[in-house]
Parts: sequence; structure tokens; C-alpha cells
Amino acid sequence: MSDGADKQNGAEAAGRPERPQPKPPGYFEGESMTRRHAFTIAAQGLGGIAGAAIVLPAVGFAVAPIFHRGKERWEAVGPVGDFVEDTYRQVVFTETEGIGDAGKTTAYIRKSSKDLGEDPGQIVAVSNRCVHLGCPVRYVEAAGNFICPCHGGVYDFQGKRIGGPPVRPLDQFQTRIQGGQVEVGPRYSVTSQLEPVRARDPGEFTGGIWEYLYPPRPSTFPPPSS
Amino acid sequence: MKLDSLIPAPLRKPAKPGEGNGAKGAAPADLKTAPPERPTDTKKLADRAVEAPVDALAWVDQRTAASGFLTGMLFRKVPKGTNWFYTLGSATLFAFIVQAITGVFLAMFYTPSTTQAYASISHINNEVFLGAFVHGLHKWGSSVMVILIFLHMGRTFFFGAYKYPRELNWVIGVVLLILTMTMAFTGYLLPFDQRSFWASVVGININGTGPVVGPYLSDFLRAGPELGATTLSRFYAIHMLLVPGAIIALIGAHLYLVVKLGTTAPPWLKAKKPKAAAPVSQLNASANGSDK
Repeated sequence: MSDGADKQNGAEAAGRPERPQPKPPGYFEGESMTRRHAFTIAAQGLGGIAGAAIVLPAVGFAVAPIFHRGKERWEAVGPVGDFVEDTYRQVVFTETEGIGDAGKTTAYIRKSSKDLGEDPGQIVAVSNRCVHLGCPVRYVEAAGNFICPCHGGVYDFQGKRIGGPPVRPLDQFQTRIQGGQVEVGPRYSVTSQLEPVRARDPGEFTGGIWEYLYPPRPSTFPPPSS
Repeated sequence: MKLDSLIPAPLRKPAKPGEGNGAKGAAPADLKTAPPERPTDTKKLADRAVEAPVDALAWVDQRTAASGFLTGMLFRKVPKGTNWFYTLGSATLFAFIVQAITGVFLAMFYTPSTTQAYASISHINNEVFLGAFVHGLHKWGSSVMVILIFLHMGRTFFFGAYKYPRELNWVIGVVLLILTMTMAFTGYLLPFDQRSFWASVVGININGTGPVVGPYLSDFLRAGPELGATTLSRFYAIHMLLVPGAIIALIGAHLYLVVKLGTTAPPWLKAKKPKAAAPVSQLNASANGSDK
């Protein structure tokens, strides 16, 4: 370690015999780092640790919800006898608790139909959330289709896309029958072949390479094993 | 010139070269023939009252040395052809100040809770004195700010004012534009009515269509898989703490560079041609010091 003044002094004394340079305080033979340099590194290191101790928890606090999965929620929506095979019944239930009406969502529910090649005895619950950008779709009885009012997305009776900008079939909810009551549970998404996958947000494709481009989020529930 | 006596000497506009303040030290002619009357007490008091604000400013200036910076900033040269289009940046800044002030007062009445947000907004609009006016200023002012910032950007682009050495100021300006759009997006949810709810649902879902990181960004914005109570408080914190702080800091940097680098002349003004150079022989003569 030599600063500008040392060099200047050295240059002035060039003609004269070498004078021994005074050793810095605390110098010992064979030291690899001056005292000053060591303290500089220590001070910067301590400052870095103090900064990280403040910043990292704050960042973690902000991004933690990405990795948090809420409690699985099941809600009874009516006796099994209320639902038929050839048309949907609209039910409203709470998907997110604690925010009043804003946390409610709508599902269209029917019994599974052998004519469509579905396993018999199941309950199908189709979400009314359009998979284009999240507007609420409506089941139109006369057409037998789901139609979205925002940008003209159209889905067939099973929820498969048949027109407009949506990128996949309508989401579904897990269902089960407990004590004669139909219960709806967590949301899941489906591929274009109606195979269940983890829930995706609207606008995200499912199946094939899209499973990697729109990776499943830790905050969603695993799909039902079909 | 009367006003000049109220401004402390360091803050006065510097005199143009060749325009002296008159001979110093020489007494006026009439002083020699008729000496002035002794000032009365009232006159003394009045003089002191006039001096008081000047003294106060001088007191601050002695302790901050701010006058050098202020005169440099306030009396800086602007190019010929500077016109009304150059005020769009100041207009955007004014719109931001209006948003900041009205926002502070709205925050005094607003409750960022999913069950009370809508009620608190209708309380502001219907019951608070001038509440509808302040809320209206904030609501429409946000659109005004977005329009002005785009006009300012257009002015900078079409006048070529983004070129060397002002590229960094363009970059800062683009970040300010993005932050302004973030303010508009996060502020839209706060009234928590049907329109703001579904607009935010659509906005977050558009954001989620970005590959790979999109789904996680959506979860980050919503603070969970569904739009809920924490989404509102998150948007509120971003809207009134995070982004305004960043905007204020970047406006500071933006203005510093404007003052430091100066503004550009409009592109339709051509640079003056330099005067014809002196003949080489003359240059050599003076370089050799032939006049001595």
C-alpha cells in the first residue's frame, strides 16, 4: 500500500541513498494485508451484513405469498338429486374467504354424461371464469354453450373452446359427494383434451410445452388424479 | 429595479457585461450641496422592516451557500426558439404534485380494506366537505398526468432531444413513464367497486400471460392465487408508498440532468455557420508574437 505522497517522496529522494521507509503501525514481518486494508474490508462486510439483514426479510415478506398455499376448502352446494346430466345448474360459493362478495365465484354443475364419454356417477363443476382474461362467462341454455360477454369467447357444453380468444377449456372444480350432498373444492385447469392439470390463470395455455412456459404455481392445489 | 432591493445580493440576476452599477465610491452631486436630513425613528423602523426578509434570506444563504446553485439554475441560458412545447415537462410535474397533494388528503379518509374501501370512497364523495372535488381532482388528474407525460415524451422524441448527451435522461424518463402507468394501474383497484375489481382481474391476468415468470408475477401482485384482501392492501402500499418515493427520486435525477445539460433548440433552427476563418498568414503572424 503506497499512496501518492509516498511516491512523490520516493521520487525526490531518488538521487540520495535509500532511506528505510517507516513501517505502518502494527506491521509485522510476513504480513499479507495491511491493518487499514483489513479494517476497510471488515467495515464493508459488516455494512453488507447489516444491509442484508434488513433487505432480505423485507423482500421475503413481499414474495412469500407466491409460495403459500391456503387451506383446502370444500363447500356443500346441494343434494345430488338437484343435478342432471343434460344441463347445468348454477351455484355460487365462496372461493376466497374474508373479503365478502368479492371472494365468491360461480360454478356450473351437472352429472357426468355417458353420451360424452365421461366416467359415470361423477359430478362435473365448470368454473364461470373465462380463460381469456377472467371475465364471468354465462351458460346459454338455448345454444348449449358458454359465452363470454367481454371479448366473445365461446365454449361448448363440456367447456371446450369453440370460438373467440380463449386459450384452453374452462377451468373446473374438484367435486365429491358427502352424505348425499355435492361439495365443490379447489379449482383446477384442463388441457384441450380435458385432462386435469394444476390451476392456471386465465390467458395461459395448458398441455405439452406450455406446462413449462407457464409453470404450475406453488400456491395452487394438485389436480385430481383421473 | 425596485424589486432588486428585496433580493439578497447573491441571488440577484447578474448584470450583463458592460452594464455597470455606476461609479462606486463617488458621492452623488446633490449630497455635496445639501446634506441629507437625519432619518426619523419611523423611517429607521420602516427601513429595518424592508431589510428583515433580506437579512433572513442572507442568514440562510450564509449557512447553505444555496444562492450559487439557485442563480445558476434560475438564470441558466435557454436556446433560441424555446417555445410552449418545452413546458410539457413542467406541466407533467405539476400534475404529479396535484396527485401527491390530493392523494395525501384522500388517504386521511380512505380505508384499504375489502369490506370498507367502497364505503369509505362513497363517504368521501358524499359526506366529506369538498370530498368529491378532491377525489375528482385525483381521479381525473391521473388521466391528465398520463396524457401529459406522453405529450412530453413525444416532444422529446420529435425535437430529437433524446440524443447525445441526453440519452440517460431519456432512460430515466421511460422509467418514470412505467412508474406512472404502475400508479394508474394500482390506483384503479382502490375504490373496490365492480369496475375496478374486474379491471384489476383482467390487468393481472394480462400480466400473467408472460411466459415463465408471468404466473409468479401474478401471484406476487395478488399476494396469492386469487384476488383478495391482501391484494388491496398490497396495491395500496405500492400506490402510496413504494412508487411515489421512486418517482420523486427519479424526478430529482431527471431535473438535475435537465439543468446540468441544458435544453435543446428546436430542430427547425439551423446552427449558425461559423464566421469565415482568418487567413492562415494572419494566424501565423499573431502566433509568432510579431506585435511585440
